[in-house]
Amino acid sequence: MTNAVDVTGLVKAFGDVRAVNGIDLEVRQGEIFGVLGPNGAGKTTTLRMLATLLPIDEGEARIFGVDVRREPHRVRQILGVTGQYASVDENLTAAENLRLFARLQGISRRQARTIAMELLDQFGLADAADRLVSKFSGGMRRRLDLAASMITRPPLIFLDEPTTGLDPRTRGQMWDTIRSLVVQGSTILLTTQYLDEADQLADRIAVIDHGRKVAEGTPEELKAQVGSSTLQVTLAHSDDRDLAMAVVRGVLAGEPTLSPESGRIAVPMTTADDAADVLIALRKAGVGIQAVNVDRPTLDEVFLAITGHGAEERADTAAGTGWPGGTNGDNGTNDTSGVLEVAR
Amino acid sequence: MSTLALPPTIGQAGAGPATIDPAEVVARTSSRPSPSQAVAQTFSMAWRATKMMRRNPEQFFDVTIQPLLFTAMFAYVFGGAISGSVSDYLPLMIPGILAQTALITSMATGVQLRDDMEKGVFDRFKALPISRLAPLAGPMMADLIRYGVAATLTLASGIAMGYRPGGGVLGVLGGWLLTIVSGWSLAWVFTWIGTLARSAQAVQGMSMLIMFPLTFLSNAFVPAESLPGWLEAFVKVNPVSHVVTACRDLINDGAVTAQVGWALVGCVALVVIFAPLAVRSYARKM
Repeated sequence: MTNAVDVTGLVKAFGDVRAVNGIDLEVRQGEIFGVLGPNGAGKTTTLRMLATLLPIDEGEARIFGVDVRREPHRVRQILGVTGQYASVDENLTAAENLRLFARLQGISRRQARTIAMELLDQFGLADAADRLVSKFSGGMRRRLDLAASMITRPPLIFLDEPTTGLDPRTRGQMWDTIRSLVVQGSTILLTTQYLDEADQLADRIAVIDHGRKVAEGTPEELKAQVGSSTLQVTLAHSDDRDLAMAVVRGVLAGEPTLSPESGRIAVPMTTADDAADVLIALRKAGVGIQAVNVDRPTLDEVFLAITGHGAEERADTAAGTGWPGGTNGDNGTNDTSGVLEVAR
Repeated sequence: MSTLALPPTIGQAGAGPATIDPAEVVARTSSRPSPSQAVAQTFSMAWRATKMMRRNPEQFFDVTIQPLLFTAMFAYVFGGAISGSVSDYLPLMIPGILAQTALITSMATGVQLRDDMEKGVFDRFKALPISRLAPLAGPMMADLIRYGVAATLTLASGIAMGYRPGGGVLGVLGGWLLTIVSGWSLAWVFTWIGTLARSAQAVQGMSMLIMFPLTFLSNAFVPAESLPGWLEAFVKVNPVSHVVTACRDLINDGAVTAQVGWALVGCVALVVIFAPLAVRSYARKM
């Protein structure tokens, strides 16, 4: 079976900066493939090149076997693209937007009306059908944007950071919607800065950094490199640390680390349930505990584990990705600062 | 299967088969949009533009207030000096204002399109399998309404001030149509600039540089013979002068002169040169 996406040696340079520096990707039919990386890593640029929105500098890209460089018009008929900045018309109502995009793709006036209503219904926007998009919330815009990509039921859908800037509840709804698309037989290529999003949705993940692919695998394979979460135990008496380390080693396979303050032990865990085992064992051994918390591994910890360096922001290339407004500094940075914080 | 009877790239949310067959979708794709598809897509884009006009009536300020203001201002300020009286000046000036209006309005077309292209929705237009001509030609088609409004108001305010066109209804209609056609043709120049410039403000700036010499170094407001020789030479080759003279011939004399022919040839030339340039530059920028 042809791959949905076949990319070899993709390159895009903005001046001296190689935003995408030789990326290979292989997305199989019917899977959700996640491209994970910090801001400015080259995710959006990659997606835009594959979506015929940016010229490809070097490399080969095929969508269901169709050459992106040679036959952009054909590729556009296979793809649905949902950008990082909702690409819907603010001056039109939700229904008008969908009707316009349907009409542009050769669908009859009557059928365009039917499709618009069905999609609005399916994406929970039926009540807002005749409202101007400029009055929409961020989550509603994203959903409308996604609905617009579904008009022709394309076999491949690109989602560029589909939940950046959404609140947790809306984000959960978006995840459900994305999963339902795969059930219909679509293949999905999505980019994200959130490890948990890639974890929740993707069958396979490619980790991108500085325009290069630094790792690839299933979420389990990636997380295995850092553990699924970390248990932080602050000891009541720092004298107990050798005893505590020995106890933890006895319970879990992962090697605990002593943090600089010496009173704190970080324990990598494969499941959060391990925390209970560790705490019970510590109580039995008579080790006093001052504080306990469980942290999910951040993207940065994955990065640290894979590349040996943190996932620092690179505002210089983020501005060069070519999205409208990309130069305004409104690149979702404020939403992600928490995620990209340097590991404790 | 019912889906086979439908044109290519059609989708049916909910109505089609439950799952998507990529191989079938790929087999149905075409390598480029057909001319009839391009026309239909242009109409859809024009529909969008008229919706936007209806929701942002301030887009009509330049085509409503400006013609009224310019007609009154120029007539009362220059009328006495140039032609001895306002009423004698009107037959000379109204066609000039018409040409100026067409130029200003076509400039606004370019600026607005550039402004529109900054919006996220243009990303979707670019990603859709549509003709690269449609996003440019659609708004320009809708702008025919603006040229119509501007030309009508200019003529109406002239008539209100005592202008009695000698060309009769047909002559006036001819001048009105010529104004719209020249405005629309000129808009391709500004649209092309729009696809090259970095921002709407840049388009505005560049367009001003083009517009001012073209309108004022023409016979729009003064007889060319009154100018120094070197300037008269430029004024005579300025395409705006041809449009103005053609409008005068039509509106004042009801005569379809060679000037009308030259003006139309000029319009065709503008479209033939600048429309492909604009589309190519837009498609390249992707």
